[in-house]
This record gives sequence, C-alpha cells and structure tokens, in this order.
Amino acid sequence: MTPPAKPAGTSGGFGQVVSKVPSRFLPVIATFVVFVATFGVGSARYEGFASGQVMANLFIDNAFLIVLAVGMTFVILTGGIDLSVGSVVALSTMIAAAALQAGWPAWLVVIVVLAAGSGLGLAMGWVIHRFGVQPFIVTLAGMFLARGLCFVISVESVSIKNPTFRDLATGSIELPGGVTITYGVVIALVVVIAAMYVLHLTRFGRTVYAVGGSESSARLMGLSTTRVKIGVYVISGFCSALGGLLFSLYMLSGYSLHAVGMELDAIAAVVVGGSLLSGGVGFVIGSVVGVLVLGTIQTLISFEGTLSSWWTKIVIGALLLAFIALQRIIVRKT
Amino acid sequence: MTEPVVDMRGISVEFPGVKALQEVDFRLFPGEVHALMGENGAGKSTLIKALTGVHPLAAGEIRYAGESVSFGGPAQAQAAGISTVYQEVNLCVNLTVAENILLGREPRKFGRIDGKAMRARAAELLARIGLHIDPGSVLESHPIAVQQLVAIARAVAVDARVLVLDEPTSSLDADEVAELFRIIRVLRDEGVAVLFVSHFLEQVYEISDRMTVLRNGRLVGEYATATFSRIDLVSAMLGREMGVLEEIERRSGTPGDPLLVAEGLGRKGSVAPFDLEIRSGEVVGLAGLLGSGRTEVARLLFGADKADSGRVLVDGKPVHLRGPRSAIEVGVAFCSEDRKAEGVVADLTVRDNLILAMQAARGWARPVPRKLADELVAKYMEMLDIRPANPEAIVGNLSGGNQQKVLLARWLVTEPKLLILDEPTRGIDVGAKAQIQKLVADLATEGMAVLFISAELEEVVRIADRVVVMRDRQKVAELDGEVGVDDVMALIAGGGDVNEIEAVAS
Amino acid sequence: MKNRLLWPVLALVALLVLNVVVTPSFFSLRLQDGHLYGSVIDILRNGAPTLLIALGMTLVIATRGIDLSVGAVAAIAGAVTCTYIASGGDPWIGMGIALLLCAVLGLWNGFLVSVLGIQPIIATLVLMTAGRGIAMLITEGQIITVDSPTYREVGAGFLVLPIAILISLAVLGLVALVTRRTALGLLIESVGVNPSASRLAGVKSRTIIWTVYVFAAVCAGIAGLMISSNVSAADANSAGLWIEMDAILAVVIGGTSLAGGRYSLTGTLLGALIIQTLTTTVYTVGIAPEITLVFKAIVVIAVCLMQAPIRIRVRQGVPA
Repeated sequence: MTPPAKPAGTSGGFGQVVSKVPSRFLPVIATFVVFVATFGVGSARYEGFASGQVMANLFIDNAFLIVLAVGMTFVILTGGIDLSVGSVVALSTMIAAAALQAGWPAWLVVIVVLAAGSGLGLAMGWVIHRFGVQPFIVTLAGMFLARGLCFVISVESVSIKNPTFRDLATGSIELPGGVTITYGVVIALVVVIAAMYVLHLTRFGRTVYAVGGSESSARLMGLSTTRVKIGVYVISGFCSALGGLLFSLYMLSGYSLHAVGMELDAIAAVVVGGSLLSGGVGFVIGSVVGVLVLGTIQTLISFEGTLSSWWTKIVIGALLLAFIALQRIIVRKT
Repeated sequence: MTEPVVDMRGISVEFPGVKALQEVDFRLFPGEVHALMGENGAGKSTLIKALTGVHPLAAGEIRYAGESVSFGGPAQAQAAGISTVYQEVNLCVNLTVAENILLGREPRKFGRIDGKAMRARAAELLARIGLHIDPGSVLESHPIAVQQLVAIARAVAVDARVLVLDEPTSSLDADEVAELFRIIRVLRDEGVAVLFVSHFLEQVYEISDRMTVLRNGRLVGEYATATFSRIDLVSAMLGREMGVLEEIERRSGTPGDPLLVAEGLGRKGSVAPFDLEIRSGEVVGLAGLLGSGRTEVARLLFGADKADSGRVLVDGKPVHLRGPRSAIEVGVAFCSEDRKAEGVVADLTVRDNLILAMQAARGWARPVPRKLADELVAKYMEMLDIRPANPEAIVGNLSGGNQQKVLLARWLVTEPKLLILDEPTRGIDVGAKAQIQKLVADLATEGMAVLFISAELEEVVRIADRVVVMRDRQKVAELDGEVGVDDVMALIAGGGDVNEIEAVAS
Repeated sequence: MKNRLLWPVLALVALLVLNVVVTPSFFSLRLQDGHLYGSVIDILRNGAPTLLIALGMTLVIATRGIDLSVGAVAAIAGAVTCTYIASGGDPWIGMGIALLLCAVLGLWNGFLVSVLGIQPIIATLVLMTAGRGIAMLITEGQIITVDSPTYREVGAGFLVLPIAILISLAVLGLVALVTRRTALGLLIESVGVNPSASRLAGVKSRTIIWTVYVFAAVCAGIAGLMISSNVSAADANSAGLWIEMDAILAVVIGGTSLAGGRYSLTGTLLGALIIQTLTTTVYTVGIAPEITLVFKAIVVIAVCLMQAPIRIRVRQGVPA
C-alpha cells in the first residue's frame, strides 16, 4: 500500500502546466462570435449596414442598457439577481424630470437621482443580507416600490426642458471617419472601464467573484463577504440610476411607464454575455457584447422590414437557451 | 521536549442536549505531525473547531504559544497563525491559483491589485511546497488533489505555526498522498506543527509522530506512534461497550438460498471491486473504520451510486442498478447513515414519512388507501415503539432514535427481501439501540436478509452470522461462524500482508 | 400550520376592516337579473386569474422551483383562441387547442428543469422572453377582437356568480382534492423538503417535477383565456403582464417558502385575495390606483420579514 516516496522536485502528474484556452473564456468568445456573425449577416444582406455609424448607433441606442447590464453583472456574479433595475430607471427619469421642472439645477438633480438609486440598492442589499430573504423577492418588492413611487410623483409623462440636459442629449462628439456618438456613449464606456477595473483589479472585485464561487469558502478565507453582498446591490442601484439619467437624455422625458421589462433585457444581456446565473463566472465585457448582440438583432430586424419586431423576443429567447445549453455542456465537461 | 505551541486543557463543548466534548486535553508541539484519531461522533472536528474559535467552550482553556487565547473564528485563528485545510476544498474554484492563495492579502500598488507581483509571490509559495503549476491558471482546471495542495499553500502563506489538515487525503490516490506527505514533511522540518486527521491507518502510521485518540467526546489517550500498535489503536478508537446488548436469541439454523450476489462490483475512487453473497434469513455484518469503504459498498448495492465494474444478481438474475428505484423494485431497501440529509423528510409527519417508500413505489396516482396507511402506521409505531405515538407528529421534532425507527419502518412496510442498514444505531439512546438490534435479529429469523453496518464491533459480531471486513476501500476478509471481536480488530488494523491475516483468521 | 397563516389572515382582515370603515356598504351584495354584484364579488372576479396562476405556482415552488413564464403562456392561450375564433373556428375547439398548447409549453419547461437540470429561474426565463414573441407571432402583432358570446362567458359571464370565480374556485377545489386524495401532495412536499432522501426512498422526482410544470402552464392557460375573454380580445403584449410576479407574491404571502417544501393552498388563496383586496382598497380609499404598487411592496416586505428568521449566525459568527 505504501507508495515509494518520490524525490522532491519530480512531482509526477502535478507538474503539468495547463496551457489550453480556459473554459471560462469560452462563453465570452461564443458571445463575440455571435456578435460578429449577426453583424456579418447584416453587412452581407444590407448595404450601409457595415458602416461605422450603424456600429456607433448600436452604442447610442443602448448606452443605458450597457450601464444597467454592468450593474446587473456585479449582482449576478455573486449569485444574486436584481429585478428592480427597470423600475429604478423609470423612477430616475421621473425624479430627474420632476426636479428639473421644479427648477433644480442640473448638477443637484444628477446627485439626487444617483443617491436615490444607490440608497434603494443599499436598502435591498441590507434586507437580503440581514434577513436572509431571497434576492428575487426583495428586488421584486423594490421593483414595485420604485414603479409605484413614479406614479406618486406623476402619472403623466413629464418632458425635460432644462437646457443643460438638452445640450447633453443633443450634443454629439465627432470621431475620425465622420462617425458621431453622444455623451451618453462616453459615460457608458467610462462605466464599463470603471467596472472592469473594480472587478479585476481591486480586492472588492475579486471578493465578488469569490462570493459567487463559494460564499462559505470566501468567508472561511476571511474575506469581507457582507460588504460585497450588500455592495453589489448598491452598485446595481447606482448603475440603474445612471442608466435612468442616460435614458432621460435619450427620451428627454420622465415617465412612469418608461423601461418596462428592461430588467429582463439586462438579465438576458448578462446571460448571453456568458455569465452564469448561479454566480462566480462572467465578465463585464461579455455583458457589453451581450447588449450589442441584442441591439444588432433589433437593428437587423428593423433593416429587414418584412420581419416583425416580435421576432426579436423569440430570437433572444432562443439565444438565451443556446447559451444556457452551452454553459451546461461546459460545466459537465469540467 | 520543547514547549507545546498549542495546549488545550479540560476542553468541554456542549450543543443543545449533547455534550460533544468532555474535559479533553490536547497538546501540539512545533515540528511534529500529530494525528487526531476517532470514529464518527468522537469529537475530532469539534475539537478542531473549538481550537479555531468556531465553537465556544463550555469549559477549559486554550493556550497558544504560551498565551491564553480565545479566537472569534477561523479568520482570527488564521491571522494568529493557525491555518486549517478542510476535507472539502474550501477555495473558490472559479478563481486562479494565485488568487486562491493570496485572496484577502494580495500585493497592491496604488490601491489596485498588482497581478504580476501576486503571481510571483504565489509562484514562490508554490515552490516552497514543491508544486509546479501555473499560478495564473484557474483552480477548477486542476484535479482535487492539486486543489488540496493549493489550499495548503494558502494555509502556509501566512507563516502558519500550526497547520490543521482535516481529512485531506480522503479523495486522493496513492501518488497524490505521497506528494502531500512530502509537503507535510517539508513543513514539519521547518518547525510547523501539523495536526492531521485521517481514517487511513497506513497513512497515520507513515506520517505521524504522535497521536491523540478520542472516543464519544472523551479523551482516550495520547500516544507515540512508534510504540503504539495498530491493534491497540483500533481498540482505543472503537472501545468495548459491554453490557449494552440484551442477549439476542439467534437461531443457528441454516440460512436460505443466496438472495443477492455481487461479482466484482466496484467504483473507481470509492471502493475496489469486491464479491459478496447475502442469503435470505442471514445477517451479514460489515465492519471497518470510517472511510474504509463500508458505506460505499452499501450505496453500490442499492444503486445510490453507480458501479463502474462488476454486476449484481438478485435471486440468480442479473439486475441493472440504474438508481435506487431499480434496487427497490427487486426488494432491496437502504437506510443511509446520514439520517438528516438522506433519511427522514424532516418537515413531514411520521405518517407521511412512514408510507413514503411504499407510496413512491406505487406512483402518485395510486395513493395508499387511508385505512391501510392507518393500519400500517399503527402496527409499526407499536412494533418499533415510536414515540410520541402520534402519527401526525413532525418527524424533525423526534429524537434521533425515533427518527431512525421511522426510517426503518418506512422500509419494513415495503416488505423488502434485503435490508441494508448503515450505522442504524449511531447517535441514539441505549434503549432504542437495543430495540433496533432485537428487531434486526427477529427480521432475519423471519427470513429477511440484512446487511448490517456499524462502527461498533461488539454489535456487529453479536448480530451478524457472517462478518465482512473492509479496510482502505477494499474488502479484506470474510469471517464465518463464531467471530471474535479481536479477530475483526486485527483485520481492521491491518499493518501486514492481507493474505497472511486472512490465513490467521480462518 | 396555524401560525403560518396567522399573518396573512390578519393582513386580509385589516384590509377588509379598512374597507368597511371607508365604505360601510362594502359587504353588501345585490342581485340583479340573476347576477350577483358587489365589491367583494369584484375583488374575487378580478383576482380569479391571479389565483389560478398562483395555484399552479404553489406546486412549482413547493418542489423548489419557480415558473416565470406563466404570464407569457397566458398571453399565448388568449392569442391562440382568439385567432382561431376570428378565423371562424368554434370557441370550444379554440380553447381546447390553446390549453393543449399550454400543456406542451409546460412539458418544455419541465424538460429543461427535470431532465436537463437547468435552474428553474433560468429555464423558465427562456419562455418568459420568447413566449410573448410567440404570442405576437400568432396574432401578427395585432390586438385581435372576437365576437363570440360563448367565449365571452368564460371571463365575463355569470352563473349567479361570475363564471371566472366559479372556474378558479373549481380549480382550487380540484387541486386540493387531487393533491390530498392522490399522493401527489405528499410526493411534491417530499421532493421539495429533502430531494436526496426522496431519491433514496424511490420517489420519481422527475415525473413529479414535470407534472407540476405542466399543471402550472395549464393553469396559466385557463387564466389567459379568462383575461382575454373578459375583454373579448387577445393582446399579446399586455395580457397577463407581470401576473407571474403577482402569483409568486400570492404564494409567498400565503406562507409557502421559495425554498420549497410544505405548501398551503389556503395560504395561496389568502395571498391572492390580499393582493386583489389591496388594489381595491387603495382605490376605495381614494389614492391613485397606480400607487397600489407602493403598498404592494410594503406588504411583501412586511410579510416576508415576519416570516424570515433573523440570521443570527451572520452577526455572531465569522467576523466580517
């Protein structure tokens, strides 16, 4: 039974360096392939599809969704879920529009909106952590609360006439090649870069992954899991509020029925972007590409003309299924 | 001898209704490998958790490096230099090797994690224990054994003075164990005190310098490995509980035809291929230490785990065991050792639990008629003396002994041909224990075949017609007729050539 | 059991008392042309689809699952039936086809969850997203109005009481009867409380889980018929929108834990009534109906916190 002791250094099967593409990158690569493929199909079929401006429009039309998906990625990485994001977007547009109408300065409005979103996130995170109620239920309540508060402010749509907001909304930045983008796109990209920095280069970010991988292990390792578990909901709330501000720039109005069901788009983008809903696996960049895939499908269907908009939903559903299946296969293999 | 780095005196730990540890003394010296030995419920993990501050002490004192300490939890203990590596790898498999080693204390530059420095530092730590893997690779891509070693690398990264290894070898193969031991020796020679828990006697004798044996929450003794024989160790661990058993009347009639025959049944990493024959009206005892493969044998026979070699015949016909249902269909029943997780359905009533297996076999559309259910429940509650005698009581509120009886009754109502009982008497009171033992004897007299697994050799030897002995995931012997506890103990202890012992025993 | 239903009962009673205080005639009923009218009847009638879906959801949740797709399935049921009737088909056959299709969708969900082992929340998210698209595909994006008296009866008809109420109470009775008289209830709870013990006891959990998803989808289908029949139209976009959330809330308020295990149909009935009464109360008290959502959120959190054991371990366990 006793195996002969091996001399140190020649450590048999241990010494192998694994040098294949790690399977955790596969879903993200798949997302990217899907994006290139859909965009390629569009370019092949329609003249003018493969232009820089169509690409830029993808970002312009989905800037708010990118921000939401970034926040959602944090939550999903810990194994949670945030159903409140769509309603928080609506609430943010509503607060912004109402406050601007009341004559508040733009900078104050921005601060108030961001604080409100983060505060709601903090409250939800606290309840989830402190009372052990499922995130699903707590954020569902948050979704109702935020949507209800919109109606408390106003049932009608409130348009935004503040010059600062108008300037920000209509202002455009010209890139080389005659392509223009909005300030919203810049903000979204800044958020993406900040999120990548936080997730990959800070202790908080790595703890997010650790909690998603195994919360009990993370706690045994002495990591501050409480801070992370509550923190991700604050981040998601902040991103929802910021997404709401971008959305209010995009629509130039505040309305209680804005962004209905947008939480599903955000979740779909994250899943299509290769994150596991059970937590621990995923990348912000994947979620961004996920948003772009959803956006491209929408653009494709609008270019097609004869294809009706409901195909978008069916295709997104099919994509979700495909990525869930892909994840299952990868999980089984390892 | 130098001063002990850990000195625990008169340690008692209590849980509601249970005294998990009673006045246990434990010493650990720098530069030694100290094995902590004991069966299920002996208090090994409770002692470790008392040391690392998971469980509060009811009495006693812990001195660490000469000072009286009381840690608030594993994190504090680790900060002080006591690192623990658990049986299930407590790392995050979705992160890289380097992150797993350094998470929470990553080198940082301007507030951000310095990935390059981190990988370099991790490589250094890995080199210290002689493990040559890419620190940037994801932990998941490595086998469990390597993950275990990474956990050790993390544990020693904090300049640990004490390293606690709680069953680190249970899922490793021989080469991997050798690698682990090499690393343990390196650390020992650096002056680290290693506390080692394992169920494999071979390993304990190979690696440890001293050992402490616990039984039922009490200290049996502290011994030097070199002068403590295997037989003595096994008897210290298992003990002798005399007088518990009522005189069991066993007919010495001839058992019936072979009911179940296993030929070369085995599962990689779980139990080596074995042959086994169980006859109707016979009680076969399965003896061995925890982790010897005794539970794995039972699970394979029931189809709870899938075998990857061999075959099973029931009544002479081969049976393909795809899962528990196919075993149940041919009349095999199995009570798991883990009552809570795999036995009772805690939130349901005694009645529901009792008829569950019967109901499952009938499918949901054919309910057990109320009258029949009432009769069965009444019959078995009386026969097994289940208390409280209330069919509507929630099983989770019953005592361990009564839960065990409910489980037994669940299978008895299905009138199985073979009943597999995995430690049915563990952790239950003396009265219930005697009742269950008597029941097993009666069932066999009535013609049922029983496979009886227990850590208590006295019990196995008294009840069984035949005793199968397991060691190191192998079937090592089968003893017929009048079996003595000493014979079985010698086999379990092993330590020599297997064939030689078999020759001695027969 | 009694304890679990205490808070929901108190909440419902409080709401009813509030209503009586504001409108003393709250409980009065009047018979007109053989039809019974009154505030209580309205509550029951408007709550009927939610109750139906919540019944299916109760069983799904009891097995540790969740079904997000019920709203979309309800929309599909309405879309199929109305499209069929609009093209000159018989309403009964149309409803039959719709419910059959719903059963197939339930099979699909059950397949993903029990055979492929995908987390229920993701598995049903697929159909939640794609389902509305399918409904719109069927109606070609139009709101299809139909003029069929027979079909109208389902959601708007009366048999002294509104037929919608009778249907959902009948389904409630049927579920209660089936789960109690057969062993379905026992096996569902057993799978939900302890899946591994159930497996070792020989329970076919795959069949059980499959059954509850099919049942939930059929319940959603019937609810979808009610919703669309009530307005004699199929609106693929907004029919049954967010009804899955209301249903889940009804189940949770009724004391069935999202972690699975023991369930209470009575609790679900209470939960559905609380949600509907709340909506009505907000209206009668004179608050803008849209603000109901705020109160809903408060009730959810309150009821959940009452039921949630505070995690003491988190405080005294490992220092954060």
